[in-house]
Amino acid sequence: MIFSFDLLFEAILFGILLGCFYAAVSLGLSVAFGLLDVPYVAHPAVLILGSYGTFWLNDHLGIDPLLSGIMLMPVFYALGVMLYRFYHASFESRGGDASVNGLAFFFGLAFIIEVLLIIVFGVDQRSAHADYIGESLEIGEIRLPYRLLVAFGVALLLTYVLTLFFSKTFVGRAIKAVGQDEMALRLMGANPTQIKQMAFGIATAVNALAGAMLIIVSPVEPSMDRIYIGRTFCVVVLAGLGSMSGTLVAGLLLGIVESIVLTLFGASWAPAVAFGMLLILLGLRPQGLFGR
Amino acid sequence: MKFWIGAALCAVGLTAMALSGINEYVFFAGFVVLQSIVLATAWNILGGYAGYVNFGVPAFVAMGAYSSLFVFKAFNAPLVVQILAGASVSGLLGLGVGLLTLRLRGIFFSISTVALIFILEAVINNWRYLGAATGVQITRPATWGPFESYTRMLFVVMALMSIVAIAIARYIQDSHIGRGLRAVRDSEEAAECSGVPTLQLKLIACGVSGALLGAAGAPMPMYLSYIEPASSFNLSYAIAALAMPIIGGMAHWVGPLIGALLLATIQQVVTVTISSELNVLVVGGLLVLFVVLAPEGLVGLYRKWKTSSK
Repeated sequence: MIFSFDLLFEAILFGILLGCFYAAVSLGLSVAFGLLDVPYVAHPAVLILGSYGTFWLNDHLGIDPLLSGIMLMPVFYALGVMLYRFYHASFESRGGDASVNGLAFFFGLAFIIEVLLIIVFGVDQRSAHADYIGESLEIGEIRLPYRLLVAFGVALLLTYVLTLFFSKTFVGRAIKAVGQDEMALRLMGANPTQIKQMAFGIATAVNALAGAMLIIVSPVEPSMDRIYIGRTFCVVVLAGLGSMSGTLVAGLLLGIVESIVLTLFGASWAPAVAFGMLLILLGLRPQGLFGR
Repeated sequence: MKFWIGAALCAVGLTAMALSGINEYVFFAGFVVLQSIVLATAWNILGGYAGYVNFGVPAFVAMGAYSSLFVFKAFNAPLVVQILAGASVSGLLGLGVGLLTLRLRGIFFSISTVALIFILEAVINNWRYLGAATGVQITRPATWGPFESYTRMLFVVMALMSIVAIAIARYIQDSHIGRGLRAVRDSEEAAECSGVPTLQLKLIACGVSGALLGAAGAPMPMYLSYIEPASSFNLSYAIAALAMPIIGGMAHWVGPLIGALLLATIQQVVTVTISSELNVLVVGGLLVLFVVLAPEGLVGLYRKWKTSSK
């Protein structure tokens, strides 16, 4: 392995592009798990569901993948609301031994989504078609694929919009409040369950757009959710649960580290990077880098 | 006493079956069902009694299988040594996971066990001696004892292993260890304050659970005559080992046994008659159904029925 600064520079550049994308796919989990404390291990499976929804719209109706992702958002919002209601009625409101059962529920749900995708779409890799997929921007020696640039731009925009939403709007602040102190919110006359339900819907809608970005960045297959368990949870825990700007920084960190490891040690180590960082992080500093 | 008579009868019956002229495929499928009993029982020692959800079952099973491959390749070790090697390595891994419980609970613990799967898979994927990503083909040694084929022998070995696993789970459940673990599950702080040695008990549970999972995985290279990382670290082990105790009932050692017998048999039938994708769907579907409608499992349903009919 010849070490060169050019190679390192390129790795870091790709890491930054990839990192913003990782932040974007983790935003929904940051809300659902980070703010609402729902053990949402099905998040990556729903992400892949979004990718396949995008694939279907793109393949059958010829709609641009990004636009498809935006079109899926209301559908996924409704899906998220229903999912939270179901979770709340079955586990949260029962109290007691909810942790084991809630976890098992979402783990089972992830598998169900994965198998349904296999049955409907098959195990083959699927990709979306658009003008910007496959082309690259060339700056001197470095080639930057447009698909990564598109995902990078959308990811930045999405993070910015969500940060604004949580700090400026009434609903956004209410969601942050419910994450901090449910009882206090109830005393103020607001219904925490309703706000959480809305937040979960928003998280799932964001996940639909993230799924569209995923299929723009790379071809998808149904079992891909497994590796994204590591990436999304790594980003969310690293960010310190529920912080949007922290999510961006954590995503960048993961993207850069993964890209460097990929360049130095080869692709077979790539899946272990996110999980390795996650394990070290959980062992040493579970509250994250920017923890509350 | 009744338990040991039943166990002995099962052992004798299953051995007699393996010596009879029944179709070979029965033992090929039966091995998987018996293995599921060990996996479910082992998972339940940590998940059911102590309330720590281990998603990392594939990591333990695969470490068992690969340790077994290592001692076989390096020293041409016999099956018993392979199983002991698998149990020790996975037992140590379990102790490591047990140390994690010092800081992590709930979903954080569970996610860190998922991490183990992918990290260890990457290690094996890059380990040339153990076949890396392509895997290793194995020539089975001669069959030991009066058995007609190696599969029949493995079937009996797995039957004995499930009896041992259930006996261990039963002992833990009824002893001070089980009482302590239940206290940990209900409230770790309260248990600690009442003088329950929580860390020690959790380490015992993690170590024993890990060792049993590893032992169940150890015969895999011999069973398939082939081993490769992708199927060894398959997450379907995780969902099965989780679903079976939940469906059977996590509070009693009989729960995982019933759940495993039921679910693994359904899985085998569905895999053969319909497809292997559908079998994962059945497991996932039943898991979600039971978690929502009958979180106490079949054992819980039976208890409810018994008290209401009195």
